[in-house]
Amino acid sequence: MGNLFRGELIRLAAMDAEKMSKAWEHWNRDALFRRLLDNEPPTLWSARKIQQWIEKELERGDQRFSFSIYPLEGERLIGFVELNVTNWQHGNAWVGIGIGNREDWGKGYGTDAMRLVLRYAFDELGLYRVTLGVFSYNQRAIRSYQKAGFVVEGRERGALSRDGERSDMLVMGILRPEWEAQQGAMYKAAGGRDEDRN
Amino acid sequence: MNIAQSLFESEHICLGPINFEKDPEIEARWSEDADYLRMVSLEPARPSSPAQIKKMYEDIEKGQEENKNLFYFTIRMRADDRLIGFARLDWIDWSNGCGYVALGIGDPNDRNQGYGTETLHLLLRFAFDELNLYRLAAIIPEYNAAALRLFEKAGFVEEVRRRQAVNRFGRRWDLLHLGVLRNEWETHRSPDKPAVGLQYERPAGF
Repeated sequence: MGNLFRGELIRLAAMDAEKMSKAWEHWNRDALFRRLLDNEPPTLWSARKIQQWIEKELERGDQRFSFSIYPLEGERLIGFVELNVTNWQHGNAWVGIGIGNREDWGKGYGTDAMRLVLRYAFDELGLYRVTLGVFSYNQRAIRSYQKAGFVVEGRERGALSRDGERSDMLVMGILRPEWEAQQGAMYKAAGGRDEDRN
Repeated sequence: MNIAQSLFESEHICLGPINFEKDPEIEARWSEDADYLRMVSLEPARPSSPAQIKKMYEDIEKGQEENKNLFYFTIRMRADDRLIGFARLDWIDWSNGCGYVALGIGDPNDRNQGYGTETLHLLLRFAFDELNLYRLAAIIPEYNAAALRLFEKAGFVEEVRRRQAVNRFGRRWDLLHLGVLRNEWETHRSPDKPAVGLQYERPAGF
């Protein structure tokens, strides 16, 4: 059945507030990282402030599932991914992901992490759908999400204004039946039996 | 520019502040109607006591003060200042000029009289003429046909369809984002009928 937290390139681990805050303080100073991740203008918070914020977020563990992303071997923190379950009764979560350093972009780490997180959302949390927002100028992320199975469900037109130009915020979603269909093919290829799946 | 244009008053209704003395009991009564709750919220429907409504009002005013990205209004009849609903411009993203709008009319007897349309026109005017927003969006479940009609008549178009996102009434429904841009609204805007002050009796003493 495979380890829920280990992918082909990366592994998911707990979010350690102190370690993540130091990394995040550094990643934030790349304006491109912030402009790809967030619609709000970047504030360059101190590591201390970020740590306090992360600790507060970790208290909402009944709703927020926050992971650090590491390569399979080694302790170099490369990113984060988080599921936020907005309504358990509707079975929905929003997912957010970020890979901090530009040298780590385009290597498949994000897609690999997203695949693990989707398995977590559907197999472990029993959710029905996962949603994300991505900016129209973030083509690399859009491709990665599509590879992971997300479908574009529309766009909020002109939701971003940067450098005097308007861009859209795309909303993408993946439903449990879609994800299961993708898994079926992969699971069979890995030699699994249908009876073992549920 | 018409600096005297009416931001808060329409023909029959007005946007008003929360009244802690009168409103909690009325809103608590609305919350006994699960159909109403299910139209205005995706949270599990649950009745609220006047005390819980009061606490909700306090949290709203605290939020307005601290986050500065919410404008909350009560909807009231101009004739007697009676509370009939709520209206909200929320999640305002100032640097990008975006916001979300929501409204609800609590008593079914107050619906289907055009008050929702009047309210929405005031909110659009406030969002575009006063908050200087570029776009407004509303998030509406597919089963809320009345809301979809209200917003579409006011110029909103479907932008996003979050498939099967709502689990209610024994099945799944899509969750729609409807949006309108400022330049689209400007071709739709309702004629400005400046109301001459509030109609209800001013409380004594001032």
